Amino acid sequence: MKFQVYRYNPDTDKAPYMKDYELDIPAGSDMMVLDALMLLKEKDPTLAFRRSCREGVCGSDGLNMNGRNGLACVTPLSELKAPIVIRPLPGLPVIRDLVVDMAQFYKQYEKIKPYLLNDEPAPARERLQSPEERAELDGLYECILCACCSTSCPSFWWNPEKFVGPAGLLQAYRFLADSRDTATAERLADLDDAYSVFRCRGIMNCVDVCPKGLNPTHAIGKVRSLLLKNAV
Amino acid sequence: MVKQVTSLGRSGLHDWMIQRVSAVVLAAYTIFLLGYLVCGPDVTYEAWREFFGCLYVKLFTLIAIAALAAHAWIGIWTVCTDYIKCSCIRMVVQSASIIACLVYVAWGALIVWGV
Ligand code: SF4
Ligand code: SF4
Ligand code: FES
Repeated sequence: MKFQVYRYNPDTDKAPYMKDYELDIPAGSDMMVLDALMLLKEKDPTLAFRRSCREGVCGSDGLNMNGRNGLACVTPLSELKAPIVIRPLPGLPVIRDLVVDMAQFYKQYEKIKPYLLNDEPAPARERLQSPEERAELDGLYECILCACCSTSCPSFWWNPEKFVGPAGLLQAYRFLADSRDTATAERLADLDDAYSVFRCRGIMNCVDVCPKGLNPTHAIGKVRSLLLKNAV
Repeated sequence: MVKQVTSLGRSGLHDWMIQRVSAVVLAAYTIFLLGYLVCGPDVTYEAWREFFGCLYVKLFTLIAIAALAAHAWIGIWTVCTDYIKCSCIRMVVQSASIIACLVYVAWGALIVWGV
């Protein structure tokens, strides 16, 4: 099976280039892209990429495979047409090979205050939720911050320092929807500018690529409705 | 919170609302005008003049022109802030588009009111 992998080492290379590799992979194999990358790294130890859990939980191996973002560890080789073109996530600065600098992505995440804010005195044991209130968080809390969505979003490419992006907005809604959070008004006020939320053009690339099957566009719609409700 | 000075509305929501409302106004005006062209009398200078002489048509036309200008302002502003990275060029293009919108509104009002 043929692979073309994006290579760039800023210390030695003047510009990024694509390197060809070949691996013997038996037909009908259920290997994932990450397994192939590990085999490639045995052959060529200079190849750099991130990975940890190898089962779609940690979110560290978000990559662009044949033009589509996803987690290498849960993307079967059998689903991809050879040659398999592997690139780093688009739109973020490349540190080396397939490793990108996620600082911009985390900065947007930090901006939405991804933690519970509650100004009421803490109860003796814990803040309780009804099963219905808890159910509001389904489809939101599962995000593993792999950045597949935000780096496939054109609005995030053009304004990564101003548009919060699908991952951050999904989390923004996760805390707006939480019955234990009392900072809804402040959170909404922080989001009500022309960029943070409203740069979303509903292109839905984010929904298309999320390896956890989440729907950031839907959450963004909910944030927008909350802003609207708050204003009228 | 991201701040900006050249956008039309005061907040993201405001811009978003203006964009939607102006789109509805423009759609309504287009249908209205098409309706007149299809069902109204033959379009002669007199008929056209009489049509625009009506106060309601004048008002509706003025509102439609204002909606068009607001829609264009926000639309161009958004495209500029996506694609023009150099702030000098962006400033020039945005100022030009804002001035054009304002001039068109004033000019349109003069024409409509002149009938
Ligand atoms: S929403 Fe999905 S694609 Fe986006 S960061 Fe979370 S898990 Fe990854
Ligand atoms: S729906 Fe919005 S957030 Fe998702 S990819 Fe499109 S513009 Fe980006
Ligand atoms: S290695 Fe953890 S998500 Fe792929």
